[in-house]
Amino acid sequence: MKEKLAKIREEVLKQIEASGNLEKLNDVRVSALGKKGALTEILKGMKEVAPEDRPKVGQMVNEVRAEIEKALEAEKEKLEDALREAKLKSEVIDVTLPAQKNKVGHRHPNTIALEEVERIFVGMGYEVVEGPEVEKDYYNFEALNIPKDHPARDEQDTFYINDEILLRTQTSPVQVRTMEQGKLPIRMIAPGRVFRSDEVDATHSPSFHQIEGLVIDKHITFADLKGTLAQFAKELFGEDTKVKFRPHHFPFTEPSAEVDVSCFKCGGKGCRFCKGSGWIEILGCGMVHPRVLSMSGIDPEEYSGFAFGVGLERIALLKYEIDDMRLLYENDERFLKQF
Amino acid sequence: MNTALSWIKAYVPDLDCTDQEYFDAMTLSGTKVEGYERMDKNLEKIVIGQIEKIERHPDADKLIICQVNIGGSVIQIVTGAPNVKEGDKVPVVLDGGKVAGGHDGGPLPENGIKIKAGKLRGVESNGMMCSIEELGSSRDMYPEAPEEGIYIFPQDVEVGADAVEALGLRDTVFEYEITSNRVDCYSILGIAREAAATFRKSYVPPVVNVHDNGENVNDYVSVEVKDTDLCTRYCARVCKNIKIGPSPKWMQRRLAAAGIRPINNLVDITNYVMAEYGQPMHAYDLDKVGGHKIIVRRAKDGDEFQTLDGQMRKLDSEVLMICDAEKEIGIAGIMGGENSKITDDVKTVLFEAATFNGPNIRKSAKRIGMRTEASGIFEKGLDPVNAAAAIDRACQLIEELGCGEVVGGMVDVCEPIKPLNHIAFEPEKINHFLGTDIPKEDMLAIFEMLELKYNADTNEIEIPSFRQDLEGFADIAEEVARFFGYDKIPTTLPSGEATAGKISFKGRIEEKARDIAEYCGFSQGMCYSFESPKVFDKLLLPADSELRNTVTISNPLGEDYSIMRTTSLNGMLTSLATNYNRRNKDVRLYELGNIYLPKSLPLTELPEERMQFTLGFYGEVDFFTMKGVVEEFLEHVGMKKKPVYDPKAGKPFLHPGRQANILYDKKVIGYLGEVHPKVADNYNIPTRVYVAVIDMPYVVEMATFDRKYEGIAKYPAVNRDISMVVPKEVLVGQIEAVIAQRGGKILESYSLFDIYEGAQIKEGFKSIAYTITFRAKDRTLEDADITAAMKKILNGLQNLGIELRS
Repeated sequence: MKEKLAKIREEVLKQIEASGNLEKLNDVRVSALGKKGALTEILKGMKEVAPEDRPKVGQMVNEVRAEIEKALEAEKEKLEDALREAKLKSEVIDVTLPAQKNKVGHRHPNTIALEEVERIFVGMGYEVVEGPEVEKDYYNFEALNIPKDHPARDEQDTFYINDEILLRTQTSPVQVRTMEQGKLPIRMIAPGRVFRSDEVDATHSPSFHQIEGLVIDKHITFADLKGTLAQFAKELFGEDTKVKFRPHHFPFTEPSAEVDVSCFKCGGKGCRFCKGSGWIEILGCGMVHPRVLSMSGIDPEEYSGFAFGVGLERIALLKYEIDDMRLLYENDERFLKQF
Repeated sequence: MNTALSWIKAYVPDLDCTDQEYFDAMTLSGTKVEGYERMDKNLEKIVIGQIEKIERHPDADKLIICQVNIGGSVIQIVTGAPNVKEGDKVPVVLDGGKVAGGHDGGPLPENGIKIKAGKLRGVESNGMMCSIEELGSSRDMYPEAPEEGIYIFPQDVEVGADAVEALGLRDTVFEYEITSNRVDCYSILGIAREAAATFRKSYVPPVVNVHDNGENVNDYVSVEVKDTDLCTRYCARVCKNIKIGPSPKWMQRRLAAAGIRPINNLVDITNYVMAEYGQPMHAYDLDKVGGHKIIVRRAKDGDEFQTLDGQMRKLDSEVLMICDAEKEIGIAGIMGGENSKITDDVKTVLFEAATFNGPNIRKSAKRIGMRTEASGIFEKGLDPVNAAAAIDRACQLIEELGCGEVVGGMVDVCEPIKPLNHIAFEPEKINHFLGTDIPKEDMLAIFEMLELKYNADTNEIEIPSFRQDLEGFADIAEEVARFFGYDKIPTTLPSGEATAGKISFKGRIEEKARDIAEYCGFSQGMCYSFESPKVFDKLLLPADSELRNTVTISNPLGEDYSIMRTTSLNGMLTSLATNYNRRNKDVRLYELGNIYLPKSLPLTELPEERMQFTLGFYGEVDFFTMKGVVEEFLEHVGMKKKPVYDPKAGKPFLHPGRQANILYDKKVIGYLGEVHPKVADNYNIPTRVYVAVIDMPYVVEMATFDRKYEGIAKYPAVNRDISMVVPKEVLVGQIEAVIAQRGGKILESYSLFDIYEGAQIKEGFKSIAYTITFRAKDRTLEDADITAAMKKILNGLQNLGIELRS
């Protein structure tokens, strides 16, 4: 019996090794361990074994069986690995073939620049507000210390609907509307479309966008204005950006300033972007004129504030090196796709 | 405004700085310098030479050989100039030097023209004698220069000296951008005062002493101002025995550098004083002033007047005129008349220096259609004190330059001059406002430089009449800030109560619209708010369409930009057409922009501005692609109910069989459809175009960013398929409405999986099949539940004339 078992074991193990594929391996398993398999046959022949030897024989059979099962399992794993390996080999692709892209659209460069500016100011605690584009003369001019007959009205080439209603020439009327609501302190920015009667060319458009900023609180200083805009410029144009404040005049702020930033293309050395000066003018600002405060119902003895206005197109054109403003309103997809 | 630095230095004698230093410092103290240009740019190695001998060129008829003494040595120069003779003193550019331009006076080359010794027709030439054009200028500015040929100096110049210096070209012209509030700085004296304060140097204005002939001006002329509201001061002086001739070189040079062409002593003096004092002046030939009387009054409607440029001008009753006893002789502040024009044989001159109402001058100039240099200055509103100072200065120059003799006295018709403004001096408040810590003494020093007088007794600052811009505390703070230096003010961030930064709900919805449109392949366009009234015809809108009621611009850039849009479609279709015609394939665009709907016409209140979310595309797309985008958007802004589509949208610009209003909660929130082929034709887009327009105010009303988790179904769903024969006119939307209404609580979803018209279906019908899915949240559905729900649905469908297919 013992020899018989040893022979079965040897034969089966040899068969396993020679099987070569999973099907044949299964055949080997059936022929060895199946109902009519060799080992089963041995167990069937147990009754011929002396009862006192039976446990021993049984144990021997089980040992062989376990050994065969283990060998079967090992071989199966080996064959499966080989099979997977072969499959993976056959599935090699050329990863440099073109991508299949979902067609995703692009935001307008103005919007990208606007969202950038909004992100910076919202982070500093400013609320984004809006105002009407068709506006009353009062809000666009009078309440901003630009009475009828003021020469500044000529500078702004206004589109009028009638004597009292016009297309706003600046986003500053939103300042007045916000102040009139009387909720203090104020920290707001007001982006939006503005209009001036400029003929269309590479650097002019009768319709463009501004972003107005207004801060009103007790103890707001000119130094605060400087600090705020310096931080804005650094976030928008980079940490190394320097800011220069030049005195200027706006009817609704006093003192007023124009702000230059160090050219972010050349770092201030002078290049064609900054026309060799190293500086680029980006915005106008100032301390809100006391008369503007009182006209909107805020006591200039108690409160002070600053305001600023940025040209959105100016930022977009500078940041993305767009050389012709007309491109912004043509909506050619080949242009839009670049942003 | 352009001015030579030397003119400024005449009144700030200690000013010593480089051009760049001047540029930077003036800009930082508030007198913005646009740029500057050296007048001696590209003029190198140019000296005064004297021609000692002229010989003919042996081989060229038109050339001569000159021996030119350049101071210490004599060089030979060959020239073709026709105008030189022995003894002439001329500018000579030496070998290796440079001139600014060619002799033809064309545009100046950026780097000038290099001059080298060489041979002309075999004869050595070691330099070049220069014309005024080669020196970068023109006969306009140097009237004494010959029409053609070499510039010839007067005999008193020194041979060998710097010719550029002798021509007054060792100077720099600065161009200023003066802000509208600083009327005083539209003058040399105003800028000089600022320069002196900027560099902390003394300001030394010209000393004006007029030596008159002892006669009385009142014996020569009288003045009556009838409309004192438009003329607050009228100063008149008389000069007699006028001798017209050229003005002196120094005056010509200063005018030329400022871009003012020297003409003769009389004209130059008025121009000079205008530049220096910022006060326009006018000179009349007193013999042509009827009755030797000046009357200042408004014109009459319909009057006509010939200005001294020879043009006839139409007047009206708001135009202020200068008249004599008989007739009008000038338009006040704008231009004098042909009839009182100064000619070379003038004997007696009447000078006028006046202050007119600025806004009136501006409006008159606009209406008459001529803005002159004088009107541009008058319209800013001038200081009446300055008028008298300027007219005295002019008389002084008349006398000093030997142009005539000055009659004693001035006729001065003047409204009471406004008392000087006083502003309290509050140094602490100023520091508090600026965020600085500037000592009081430093502030007072700044005021002193600016001629603002401090009165310690009243603690007030007295504002001189020429600083009309200084009205109150903030203005004083600005003066301190400017001369303390904006750059020296510290940078801080606002302290005080923290505020929450936020974007409005409307802004967030719009951001979501951009996101979804872009995920769906649309790029963002931007269109103008104004367009042509012709777009309504292009869009096939009927004559009585409400959209034709527009907010109309009274002064548009042209008809094409004259109305505020009432629909966003024109912008979208124009943009798509641009793309189509540039052969861009499969273009998808969206726009977020306002339309402007008047509440009443003519406009008495602001129109309604409604944000439109407009989508448009052409290419591998159809109606249902667009519908998908719309629904994707609505779902993402929390509008999760199924929108209803009403094919009776009645949009004439859309395909009559392929358009729908989009309804949500029974409100029309927009429309979509295929553009009518005729409209597509009108826009030159020969392909199918689809658009959707969503009226955002409704969306903002109904949208929400609140979300609630409803659990993932635990119990199985049951599907039932139904196949129907449906009358052709019944819409899928109607079927879905029945399913949705009658499916009950257990209805989870339904989806169309087949629609067919044709052979096997009877005439006038179509075949439609749906899968309807039921599910309960709390249990497994029984057959009975489903049967009951299906029965209800089928009954409803039968009411629409629908039959079930077996």
